Amino acid sequence: MNRKDPDLLLFHAPLLRQGMTTPKAMRDVIYALLPATAAALWFFGLSAILVIGSSIAGAVLAEVTFAQKESRGESLHDATGVLTGLLLGLTLPPGLPMWMAFLGGFVSISLGKVIWGGLGHNLFNPALLGRAFLLATFPIAMTTWSPAASSFLDVPASNLALPFLQSQADGVTSATPLGMMKFEQEVTPLANLVFGRTGGSLGETSGLLLLLGGIYLWLRRDLDWRIPVSILLTVVIFSAVLTFFDGERFPSPLFSVFSGGLMLGAIYMATDPVTSPVTPRGAWIFGIGVGVLVMLIRVFGGLPEGVMYAILLMNAATPLIDRYTQPRIFGRGAKTP
Amino acid sequence: MRPLRLFRGSFEHGVHPAHHKTQTEDLEIQRVPFGRDYVMPLGQHIGVPSRPAVAVGDAVKRGQLIAEPGGFVSTALHSPVTGTIREIGNMRGVDGRFAPAIAIEADAFATQRITPDPAMDWESLSLEDFINAVQMAGIVGMGGAAFPSHVKLSVPDGTRIRHLLINGAECEPYLTNDHRLMLERPEALLEGAEIVRRKLGAEETIIGVEANKPDAIEIISERIRPEQPVRVVPLKVKYPQGAEKMMIKSVFGREVPAGQLPRDVEVNVNNVGTIVAIADYFLRGMPLIERVVTVAGPGVTYPANLIVPLGTPVRDVVKFCGGLKGGTREIIMGGPMMGRPIASLDVPVLKGCSGVLVFTEEQTARRREYPCIRCGRCLEACPYFLNPSRFARLARARMFDEMKAHHVFDCVECGCCTFACPSNIPIVQLIRTAKDDLTHRKEPDA
Repeated sequence: MNRKDPDLLLFHAPLLRQGMTTPKAMRDVIYALLPATAAALWFFGLSAILVIGSSIAGAVLAEVTFAQKESRGESLHDATGVLTGLLLGLTLPPGLPMWMAFLGGFVSISLGKVIWGGLGHNLFNPALLGRAFLLATFPIAMTTWSPAASSFLDVPASNLALPFLQSQADGVTSATPLGMMKFEQEVTPLANLVFGRTGGSLGETSGLLLLLGGIYLWLRRDLDWRIPVSILLTVVIFSAVLTFFDGERFPSPLFSVFSGGLMLGAIYMATDPVTSPVTPRGAWIFGIGVGVLVMLIRVFGGLPEGVMYAILLMNAATPLIDRYTQPRIFGRGAKTP
Repeated sequence: MRPLRLFRGSFEHGVHPAHHKTQTEDLEIQRVPFGRDYVMPLGQHIGVPSRPAVAVGDAVKRGQLIAEPGGFVSTALHSPVTGTIREIGNMRGVDGRFAPAIAIEADAFATQRITPDPAMDWESLSLEDFINAVQMAGIVGMGGAAFPSHVKLSVPDGTRIRHLLINGAECEPYLTNDHRLMLERPEALLEGAEIVRRKLGAEETIIGVEANKPDAIEIISERIRPEQPVRVVPLKVKYPQGAEKMMIKSVFGREVPAGQLPRDVEVNVNNVGTIVAIADYFLRGMPLIERVVTVAGPGVTYPANLIVPLGTPVRDVVKFCGGLKGGTREIIMGGPMMGRPIASLDVPVLKGCSGVLVFTEEQTARRREYPCIRCGRCLEACPYFLNPSRFARLARARMFDEMKAHHVFDCVECGCCTFACPSNIPIVQLIRTAKDDLTHRKEPDA
């Protein structure tokens, strides 16, 4: 051993990496959601910023609060807190009181992620868990859809309501396309659905922009394409069959795909890698399951929209799906020619 | 033959690391000058260590037998230099452990020139004598595994070899030694191929080369003589194309069943370097005493492809290449995906050493590890269709028996999973630990 020799490390091969890291993948999802977020600002004005901002703040606060003391400063490094807050914010109605959005964000991270053991260990999608919590706790506020803002600075009074002193609905409400379909048999024009000129939650109105973000994620290989494809295909086929039997009563395939939170759910929430199957075959089963449940709830259930419950239910089935869809190992059970 | 072969020239899954081959792919192979100290470990191949056939103080000639095979799965060793046996005993090996080795001091005044034996009449050798000759030539798999070649060439009765597959994929980044060998010695390669093919009674020879080496494909194709049934098959550039079962899948579209060998699908796979070594022995009387090594990586001053006498300390090789640059952090023997780190520059170059790669801060920085988010990238990378993320989780929980039940021993440790993991989880490293534990643990006395 020569004294001038460098101290050699003994890290084991492979020394090379592909360059994608988990925080980068999370940030990619945030970038992919930016167009849809901008659309929310365009349609709903300042209240979109207030609601989404509150929910992100709640999520980030939970992330910091429950982090280990030593890693408190770094707890936001992987960007999942911001992402969960943003995803939750986009599923909320524009007129929701800010404190509720904040509480929802806090619950998403604390009950949806931290309590399970942190990133990678949760069974349910945190953002959807937060939304389910809000829907169960504040059913009226969560189903009051205020119409698109007339001007940017026009903020509904309900946004600024203080905790537990909720102002009553201010009279101006609108209905979501799915609600109109379900309760009034009224079909919203497809163009409005695609471009987002409809009532609904902040992020679900513009199917086109959500799709654009999904394509970006697919190009960056951040998303398992099988899941959105199988969900959307299942919904299309399911509603095509229904329309074939009774075109009056049931929604058309395109309406089903572009209405409600289906795009948002299929592209950004069902594809959450932590809570969806890891195997390719499992991804197909998961997607088909979500699609069937969405249609069952929408058409035969008591609620106008079912994406949230469909995904949460399939989340619960994920470990089981993974268990029975393990890939065939090379050289085992192959059809040998 | 299936009518539609969807994955012709390729296998499923795998990864695409940057090649990093431009550093050395155009550099002609040069010879490293002889130094003074040489160390030949007795166990530099897979199997039983060789048995010394010389004593301390003996004068040896370059190419002289210094150790005999210690068993069937073992091979002979020859002196890489003319000199004196200085020591026989335990010396530090590549992995840092002490292991038996023969130290030779080169004679500073010897020319190191040897008169090679005349070409052997290999055609009249019986198969058994041929296999013995390969063993006594000390030839092992030169791709990195260093598995004794004669064992691979010994086919049990009743098994027939129809195809001789020569592995020129060189899918590991940085390495260009096989590439240069194919460019500079295509005749030797074809001669060796013909010897092995005739002895095995195979119908044809197929040389698989990754498509990023068009010059090698062209040169070899040009040199094929009409009486030689040889085909050069370009393969998709993908790691681990050079893993033998992957290459069989790429070329023949067949999967070698788990737990079986290529010969069970009538194929025999050998590395380019091995075939050239066989030609050198049977046609020029040169046993395996030197090999081509790629010296590359960001930390080496003048990258090169070198003929290095076996037993040469890495220190001498690196010195010939202008020494290490500042900031050298790690040296890998072999390729960056499957090679082994060395603990000291005094480690000798061995039969299975295809490269000496010097890495700096960028490749060795500690990468922050994140929790597994079950993204499935490792599943899409694993060429064996295993579930590496589950192995990593089980290994962390020390549930090794569970891993065995999930066929962890089908894993060839190619490292695709670790390469692909965005959370920087050392998946293949965890798998290695688990396999090691399963292989070496002692069952409690019943």
